[in-house]
Amino acid sequence: MSLLRYESQVREPLVDGHKTYHDVTEDICKPVEAAPSRLWWIGFIISVALLLFGVVSLYKEVVYGTGMWNLNKTIGWGWDITNFVWWVGIGHAGTLISAILLLFRQGWRTGVNRAAEAMTIFAVICAGQFPIWHMGRVWMAFFVMPYPNTRGPLWVNFNSPLLWDVFAISTYFTVSLLFWYSGLLPDMATLRDRAKKKWAKAFYGVASFGWSGSTKHWQRHESLSLVLAGLSTPLVLSVHTIVSFDFATSVIPGWHTTIFPPYFVAGAIFSGFAMVQTLMLVTRKVMNLQDYITISHIENMNKVIVLTGSIVGCAYLTELFMAWYSAVKYEQDIFFKYRIAGPYGWSYWLMMTCNVITPQLFWVKKLRRNIAFTFLMSVVVNIGMWFERFVIIVSSLYRDYLPSSWSVYYRPTIWEVGFYLGSFGLFFTCYFLFSKYFPVIAIAEIKHVLKKNGESYKEQMDPIEAQTVEEFAKEHVHAH
Amino acid sequence: MSVKKFVVGCFDDEKTLFPAVKNTRKAGYKIHDVYTPFPIHGLDHAMGLRDTSLHTAGFIYGITGTTTALTFMSWVFTKDWPLNIGGKPNLPLPAFIPIVFELTVLCAAVGMVLTFCYLCQLAPFVRKDHFHLRATDDLFVMPIEITDKTNAEEVKAFFKSAGAVEVFEKSAETGWWLGRYDSTKKAFEKEEEIVTA
Repeated sequence: MSLLRYESQVREPLVDGHKTYHDVTEDICKPVEAAPSRLWWIGFIISVALLLFGVVSLYKEVVYGTGMWNLNKTIGWGWDITNFVWWVGIGHAGTLISAILLLFRQGWRTGVNRAAEAMTIFAVICAGQFPIWHMGRVWMAFFVMPYPNTRGPLWVNFNSPLLWDVFAISTYFTVSLLFWYSGLLPDMATLRDRAKKKWAKAFYGVASFGWSGSTKHWQRHESLSLVLAGLSTPLVLSVHTIVSFDFATSVIPGWHTTIFPPYFVAGAIFSGFAMVQTLMLVTRKVMNLQDYITISHIENMNKVIVLTGSIVGCAYLTELFMAWYSAVKYEQDIFFKYRIAGPYGWSYWLMMTCNVITPQLFWVKKLRRNIAFTFLMSVVVNIGMWFERFVIIVSSLYRDYLPSSWSVYYRPTIWEVGFYLGSFGLFFTCYFLFSKYFPVIAIAEIKHVLKKNGESYKEQMDPIEAQTVEEFAKEHVHAH
Repeated sequence: MSVKKFVVGCFDDEKTLFPAVKNTRKAGYKIHDVYTPFPIHGLDHAMGLRDTSLHTAGFIYGITGTTTALTFMSWVFTKDWPLNIGGKPNLPLPAFIPIVFELTVLCAAVGMVLTFCYLCQLAPFVRKDHFHLRATDDLFVMPIEITDKTNAEEVKAFFKSAGAVEVFEKSAETGWWLGRYDSTKKAFEKEEEIVTA
């Protein structure tokens, strides 16, 4: 049985350098086994400090009520729901990379899927905080669950998109966690078998669930990954679709549009990939993983960013067109008087610049492969996507049907901002812990593609490339 | 669960592993298992393992989720607490789609992962005997059980001729026990002590 398979030289290797299986293990496990660097401690302490600020802000909110936030009569969803939608959107890239790209047989997912999935899980945890604490009386949060209660039982409203959200986000979180952790088991076993320290043996021993690498187990593991990918693919699309229903099923001008589900999903992938880029560019540099997360990985993600950014741009223009074409006065007023102009006009144009205009620069190959530019763009895109949600929520709410209650301006209080900063703290605390104690790249999956797509194996294609068709046929085509 | 004796052959390349597996079966030895650091496609068939039916289990769990969500919401809205919302139908099927879908996915995923863990006997604090520490790094480890009918020396020579880079004998517990990887305590140590006493 020949393991040599022809693959075109046009496709760049997924793993750079002349690696053996053992080199892969060494490269990925070494940063996990080394003591945390000073840079790691600085980052970690800043994250924990932000997290603590978030805790204090939430303490204020719980004790004194949502009045601590500057939400008012018409702007009932301000920063809080903006942050919720923003974080959920970011939490879309991981499962997209691990599930949809698995189904499409995109080999390059192996370099980034582990960290992207971890990022997804942390982002969904952050997202979940916002609607929960927004309830005000957070100790009643369990009322959203349909359990037999002494109030009738009075059931939750299964027709409400807000309840669909509860189901969608909790399911998404659970399935992403299971998908991520089942993929982690073999790599935790690798760390367990390499562990020298007592705590590491104990920790990775427990965390690897006693994984042995048996062929039968691998066979089941492959089947499990494939089915979970198949389930996660419609799931990841459904989650942001349902989040968009929170808006689209209402009758508020500017929200009441059928374009929302695809528009939100594209936006989610857009911001999610941008966040993956932000994290990956730093991670690969600090942890010395440039051979596994190569420039071609970065370029691939930038291609996804320019595609989804353009879809989002089309959606913005479609919205404006439909507002004009509908001939509904309220729709037209929201879009043309209060959204692209008016006191919040600046946020609309900031969104347009960050999401639609600047990402178009990624059509240039040189810029797609430029690390500094990619890093800058990844931050710009996420600023733009935050403002997209802010524009949708606030500009539709600040002038409602009753002119007497129009709010002139909405400014968040320090505790509203603190909650947002706290969610950053939570996210980065989790990410710092993950990158220190867990393998940030799927070791087993890299080994699986190493012989097909690694640099030293791709070089074996060189003599084949030089052959004529007749020579190739003589050597490789056998009568079966 | 019991301690058995094995001759273990370790290979470092798929190119030698596949013929070795084939020849081992041809020679009539029973392969206990092959431990690999990553999934090797085709190895399960080379070893004569049957396909897994885990995905069928996943389908059944999914269908369970679908029917649970559908029947429960229909019961709530038509029997238990019918509400007249602006004269709209009591059984709004399109509005059920999101929750029915989410519950299908949730049940299928959770059920499959639990089944997977049960079948492979994986759980936190489960401890197993592993034949070689590099089986999760870069070695393909194939143990063959030694009974009174097999000659250990013969198996060793066979492994060497098949291209194994490392061959050794090892007694190992084939089951699992509750324990941690930082302790050297073995399975059923206490029972053995009682027997010898």
